[in-house]
Amino acid sequence: MQMSKLLNLLAKNSRLSNEELGVLLGKTADEVAEEIKALEDSGTIKGYTTLVDYGVENPNIVTAYIELKVTPRAESGFDEIAKFIAQYDAVKSVTLMSGAYDLGITIIGENLRVISDFVAKHLSTIDGVISTATHFELKTYKENGIMLCDDEKDERGFVSP
Amino acid sequence: MIDYDKIVSERAREIKPSGIRKFFDIAQQMTGVLNLGVGEPDFFTPWKIRQQAISVLEKIKTSYTANSGLMDLRRSISGYLGRTIGVDYKPENEIIVTVGGSEAIDLAIRALVDEGDEVLIVEPCFVCYAPMVELSHGVPVTVETSIENSFKLTAEALRAKITPRTKALILPYPNNPTGAIMTKEELEPIAEVLRGTDIIVISDEIYSALTYGREHFSIAALDGMRERTLVINGFSKGYAMTGWRLGFLAGPQPILKHILKIHQYAIMSSPTVSQYAAITALEECDDDVAKMVEEYDVRRRYVVNAFNKIGLPCFDPEGAFYAFPCIKSTGLTSQQFSERLVYEKKVAVVPGDAFGKCGEGYIRVSYAYSLKNLKAAVKLIEEFLEDLKKEHGDE
Repeated sequence: MQMSKLLNLLAKNSRLSNEELGVLLGKTADEVAEEIKALEDSGTIKGYTTLVDYGVENPNIVTAYIELKVTPRAESGFDEIAKFIAQYDAVKSVTLMSGAYDLGITIIGENLRVISDFVAKHLSTIDGVISTATHFELKTYKENGIMLCDDEKDERGFVSP
Repeated sequence: MIDYDKIVSERAREIKPSGIRKFFDIAQQMTGVLNLGVGEPDFFTPWKIRQQAISVLEKIKTSYTANSGLMDLRRSISGYLGRTIGVDYKPENEIIVTVGGSEAIDLAIRALVDEGDEVLIVEPCFVCYAPMVELSHGVPVTVETSIENSFKLTAEALRAKITPRTKALILPYPNNPTGAIMTKEELEPIAEVLRGTDIIVISDEIYSALTYGREHFSIAALDGMRERTLVINGFSKGYAMTGWRLGFLAGPQPILKHILKIHQYAIMSSPTVSQYAAITALEECDDDVAKMVEEYDVRRRYVVNAFNKIGLPCFDPEGAFYAFPCIKSTGLTSQQFSERLVYEKKVAVVPGDAFGKCGEGYIRVSYAYSLKNLKAAVKLIEEFLEDLKKEHGDE
């Protein structure tokens, strides 16, 4: 995927200052600021978040991916249901998918119970939802382009002539 | 008891271990060292190349190849040289596939040097040239470069060292350890000195794929230079293929036919699986190399800026993956600086004098490391500099 060098750097670490970014890109801090503003204005940059591994603080926390089959509504199609689901704080992402199901939802819960309650009480009861299939995440290896299980082992030895 | 020292040849005994080696031995004994001394990419060999190697193994292509290498690979190399340096070499008899650039250097020197012949070596440089010349009973003659000329070879410095015994000039650009490159305009006066002489240029272009801002230019591309130049390159640095041990040498057939004999007797043929994989590298991996170059470039800017900021003036390197900051302001020698840095802060760099006397006062820092590691290392070096200042204050 072709991305601008600036986006590449920000996607990995959005806490770099404009000055630092300028050094890495060979630009001035002002030029970087301008470029970022343009990316924000165009909607390319939607926001700056933190990549959190909740499991470190609370090992019981569960992330689930839920496939939802939905009957689209007249006029609004899938949008209305998708937006309704997206209101919940526990919901991390809602995506309209092609293929065997319609909406893909990622949610985080305190434990298994909380998630199953959410699916049973909130999701499956929504008007238009035909079926749900819940998959629990076991281990995340990479997220947002960042390796989460990287031990950063340098295999290179002290080799030289 | 056998006295092995009496058995081992005088020549072998007299070879000094390299300055990098000595330093690595210290760092290796310690744990938790942030090592910025390594001269190999931190990237993995691109997957396409590894896949090709796996597939070749499945097809049991495990016998020797032609002595000078697979014809298909030599064709790819010929194409690569044509499109990168703009010089045509015949795959049939002007290219030999070697075990890394290292073997190519060894072959070139062995094929050219008779006892007492002088070989000009542009320093600071990679540590293998002088010992190889000595092994061929030749005389290494240092041509020093300095920060004043951005570590580039000048025509005056070259002319001053040429004698009737001068056989060859080893031209190592993009340069390890300084990161200096030489442009077409800067090479032209060098070529002018050499035209009309019988001096052969051994142009070690192993870092040619790793330049920042400017494309690599080979001296072989200048008028009248192809016939007096041996171009050496390889896959280790640009394609992150150090362990595959594959390089090549291109040059005039009348020299190569003799080089081939040495290669045949010493090596037979270069590793077969690596050769097949190298074809994939040359034909399909331009994008992978471009991505690595982009990442090195980001780190390069960071490192150079960081050293300048903490008070170690750093020459702006345009090639390879090394920065060469000046440490003279500390009052320490390169050796003292590097040794204390590794003992006191557990950061390993290579003292500049390991690459020739004129490297004294500098350290070589490899930026083939993640930004995260580089930042951590710079912070520790900054602490070290502050400690040094305090010491001076106490005196």
